[in-house]
Amino acid sequence: MGTTASQLGKELLSEYQELTFLTKQEILLAHKRFSELLTKDEKDLPNTKVSMERILTLPELKSNPFRKRICHVFSTSEQKDGSLTFENFLDLLSAFSDSATLEIKSHYAFRIFDFDDDGTLDRGDLEKLVNCLTGETDDTRLTPEEMRQLIDNILEESDIDRDGTVNLSEFQHVISRSPDFVSSFKIVL
Amino acid sequence: MSQDSLDSLVTSENDIDIRLDVDDEYEQERQSGRRRKRRRRSGDKKEKKKKHQRRRSSSSARDGREERQTKKRESSKKQREKHFKERTTERNEEEAQTSSVKATKTNKNINNEKTRKTKTAERETEKRNEKKMDKSPKTIERKESEGKNTDKSKERKKHKKVQNSSDEEKTKEESEEDKEEQEELDKEQEEVRSECLSPEELEKLKEAVDERKKLIQSLRVKPWPMKKKLVSLRESQEFVEKYEGALGKGKGRKIYAYKVIMTKKWMKFERDFENFKTTLIPWEMKIKEIESHFGSSVASYFIFLRWMYGINMILFCLTFGLVMVPEALMGRPYGSIPRKTVPRAEEASAMDFAVLWDFGGYAQYSVLFYGFYNNQRAIGWLKFRMPLSYFLVGVGTVAYSYMVVIRTMARNANESGIGDDNSFNFSWKMFTSWDYLIGNTETADNKFASITTSFKEAILEEQESRKDDNIHLTRFLRVLANFLVLCCLAGSGYLIYFVVRRSQKFALDGLENHTWWERNEVNMVMSLLGMFCPMLFDVISTLENYHPRVALQWQLGRIFALFLGNLYTFIIALMDEINLKRKEEMIVKYNITTWENSFNGTVSENSTATPISLHPADVPRGPCWETMVGQEFVRLIISDTMTTYITLLIGDFLRAVLVRFLNHCWCWDLEAGFPSYSEFDVSGNVLGLIFNQGMIWMGAFYAPCLPALNLLRLHISMYLQCWAVMCCNVPQERVFKASGSNNFYMAMLLVILFLSTLPAIYTIVTIPPSFDCGPFSGKNRMFDVIHETLESDFPVWFSKVFSYASNPGLVLPFILLMVLAIYYLQSTSKNYKEANVKLKKKLQMQNEENKKKNKRAALKAQMDLEEARKASSQQKHVSPRRHQDVNEIHCSRQRHYYSKNGRNPAPPVGDRSLRRSAPRTYQHVNPGPPGYLPGLPRQSETRMHRVPSLQRH
Repeated sequence: MGTTASQLGKELLSEYQELTFLTKQEILLAHKRFSELLTKDEKDLPNTKVSMERILTLPELKSNPFRKRICHVFSTSEQKDGSLTFENFLDLLSAFSDSATLEIKSHYAFRIFDFDDDGTLDRGDLEKLVNCLTGETDDTRLTPEEMRQLIDNILEESDIDRDGTVNLSEFQHVISRSPDFVSSFKIVL
Repeated sequence: MSQDSLDSLVTSENDIDIRLDVDDEYEQERQSGRRRKRRRRSGDKKEKKKKHQRRRSSSSARDGREERQTKKRESSKKQREKHFKERTTERNEEEAQTSSVKATKTNKNINNEKTRKTKTAERETEKRNEKKMDKSPKTIERKESEGKNTDKSKERKKHKKVQNSSDEEKTKEESEEDKEEQEELDKEQEEVRSECLSPEELEKLKEAVDERKKLIQSLRVKPWPMKKKLVSLRESQEFVEKYEGALGKGKGRKIYAYKVIMTKKWMKFERDFENFKTTLIPWEMKIKEIESHFGSSVASYFIFLRWMYGINMILFCLTFGLVMVPEALMGRPYGSIPRKTVPRAEEASAMDFAVLWDFGGYAQYSVLFYGFYNNQRAIGWLKFRMPLSYFLVGVGTVAYSYMVVIRTMARNANESGIGDDNSFNFSWKMFTSWDYLIGNTETADNKFASITTSFKEAILEEQESRKDDNIHLTRFLRVLANFLVLCCLAGSGYLIYFVVRRSQKFALDGLENHTWWERNEVNMVMSLLGMFCPMLFDVISTLENYHPRVALQWQLGRIFALFLGNLYTFIIALMDEINLKRKEEMIVKYNITTWENSFNGTVSENSTATPISLHPADVPRGPCWETMVGQEFVRLIISDTMTTYITLLIGDFLRAVLVRFLNHCWCWDLEAGFPSYSEFDVSGNVLGLIFNQGMIWMGAFYAPCLPALNLLRLHISMYLQCWAVMCCNVPQERVFKASGSNNFYMAMLLVILFLSTLPAIYTIVTIPPSFDCGPFSGKNRMFDVIHETLESDFPVWFSKVFSYASNPGLVLPFILLMVLAIYYLQSTSKNYKEANVKLKKKLQMQNEENKKKNKRAALKAQMDLEEARKASSQQKHVSPRRHQDVNEIHCSRQRHYYSKNGRNPAPPVGDRSLRRSAPRTYQHVNPGPPGYLPGLPRQSETRMHRVPSLQRH
């Protein structure tokens, strides 16, 4: 895993192309952007992790309300600090790319929305999700009553087995019928 | 290669023995491995014990294997003379080694294992070397393969590590996936075992290789971390490479290998081509940049613009390649005939910039306009049929545009056709409303606000507590607003009519006597109306108090009506002018004929005399209404483009500059207050584009230069607008999804296309062409050119057939047939729709029933649970039973998992669904004691017994 363009071997590049939904140019661009986040001495080390704070300085992620969740979902580091290696970064871009399938996208969307990582979206997750979507300011927040109503409605619609949570298959069922999801679940560098 | 297969045939007997040995050993190994795995699955607490067992079993297997290897070695000694035979056995041995390495991959102490293995192998080779000197190349080969083996085992180790770490990290589901992968590796062992050359085995191997290939292809769809994907990719690639060569036999093998190589090359080429294609898409990066700043709705405008550019490119290629270039190259040169010459009266000012800017003078008498083309049937050495080509290109552009627009609409409808039901209104708002492309804080803030309002609105609607406090007032206001809008429309229509009439008067007086404004009045008025009326409508629409989405649609509809009204008034005025010109033309024609007659009369005495040679510039000529129409459209396009660019520069750029730099020394905050920065108006821009295109379609027949002009305009506006958006616009406050309105715009484009081809077709069909200009001069109607071509260029039978075919007796039944077909298709589609609705209802009913069922089940489960708890509190034997339960769950999960792989028959459906739902309700109703993983289902035996009772519901 080289960190300069010359070090990103031909072999590896073609493997990345095979494994992601990205084109060659996109991978090279991703690599360039990723190495810009690294300091000088880090560049020589293979497999460097970049901390979440530095990843979040990317303008593409800066104003995303789910940015921390995205980092956590795609990070494979043991400290659970949301730091990303270049390969994690590629995973992220691949899942958010134009040509990624609905299955992949909905899978990762589910994991992003699953704030407590327990495999289902329960009321707590949904509440956090609504708070993320309505922003931090007070005037856009929903009142507790509205929040309750909203979550009830959502569960009414999408919780097919009536267990009080939305699981992955239910989530994918809902998402697969949505006309906008694939076009909006995208991040481009 | 082929030699190998021959050898294998010779030594087949020997082979089989050894294979059997290997198989035996292998079966043991595999079984023990499986047992191990099963044990491992049955609970975390037994982990340590299980490890121990595994170590033991694997070491025993190892011992057995070593024994066998020595045996084999002895057997090979006996047949030392036969090199080939020995080689095959060696191969088998190696095979066994590889497989054994693979088999031990689950082992923790793989390191130890590996070193031992290499030691034995070394010993072997040493022996060989002593015994036989001439076998040295083979030993090298062997060493190589050993190296490979060790490499592989290293990789396994790595893989194992990855698995371990991921095991720790991932949720339950993921670990299940890991197991799945292990299962796959188990399969692989099987595959390796089948590396012997009997046909069935070969078949198996082939299957395995194919499976691997499939795995490689499907890897990118798997939601695994990259490391894991990389490892499995490399592994399977290696596998495929290694065993692909062994496939096929005899002659077929070479072909197979060739095929494999070719497919590999082809795949690489395809991938490169794909990369190349993406680099070819113009402005991709620009659009992506905008997309990442402003979200998908603004980007959709630019994508639309690019699409339009593509269409215009094709139109331009058609007109340029088939009309303009042939005429310019092969037609008669400028000045040869009257229609190609600037008349004497205009010659003085023909090169003035002002005249050229108005497309008069030399520009008027050039390939850019209809009048320049000659009616000569075939031109140049190619005998190019110019008039025919002109006509067909005119028809072709329209036909192509129809085709493209309708095809795009159909595709869009397919894409968005799924999401028309409202059953997931809230969930979609929740899960899909964020646009991940937004990378601009302001856009993000707007988006937050719009999402919040949409939530609130949805809640309000759901509660149905929304009361219109004064319905009469809103009604009155809406009627008033519509009345005002209608007044605006009528006023603008009248204004245009008035201006066009006035300009005709000016034109009769001679343009030179008037000011610039008077000459360009029509276009300027139209552009200004197009600029200010939408603003007026916007103000008026605040009266109506509609929901923003509805308001936007009204606004778009009104602007559409305005543009259309303007365009049609313009056309009607133009028609008047055409009629005027035609009257003038009649007079000119009459004059010319009388003049010629009188001239002929005077000259007729000496009949041999040649007609006097008049300079083409001096020949009297008709007004040529077609060129006039073309000119009008070109001027319209130019002024429209200019106003667009100027508003862009003044309205956006200058405003942004003023706001930015005057903000320091102003009384109020300019950025947040009144002028602020301008928004990028997606719908208005799209509408402008659509109308521009409509004008192109309308005028392209009379001015072949229009597509070229439009191409230029689109090209410039792509860059200019991209720049303007990025540097001086702020994102819209009301952010709407782009996907919903895509087909709306397309429908508008279709309507415009239809409405703009209507007048063009009308003029082509009904008005006779001018007598002295254009490719159709001298004909009664323009489409006579087809008739002429049929008569003179095609064989007689063809024109006969054609005349029969165009006979009303045949045409009418054909039309009838078409109508019938359309009717039939429509009625079937209606039926399908009805069936769809019915099915949907059925589904909903079933859903509701399921919901009820589940509710009942949940209630019952709760009751059962309470009973069970009572019982357990009495007996106080909870803990041992719990453990049992856990074990059972693991078993069931395992079974479930096997059923996924298709190894075991699937458990009964009711059983499964119940097991899924019941424990969750339990969990929801009553959070259990700590220490349990939240994702892990807990259940008690009581619920297991309830299975049949539930199915009865």
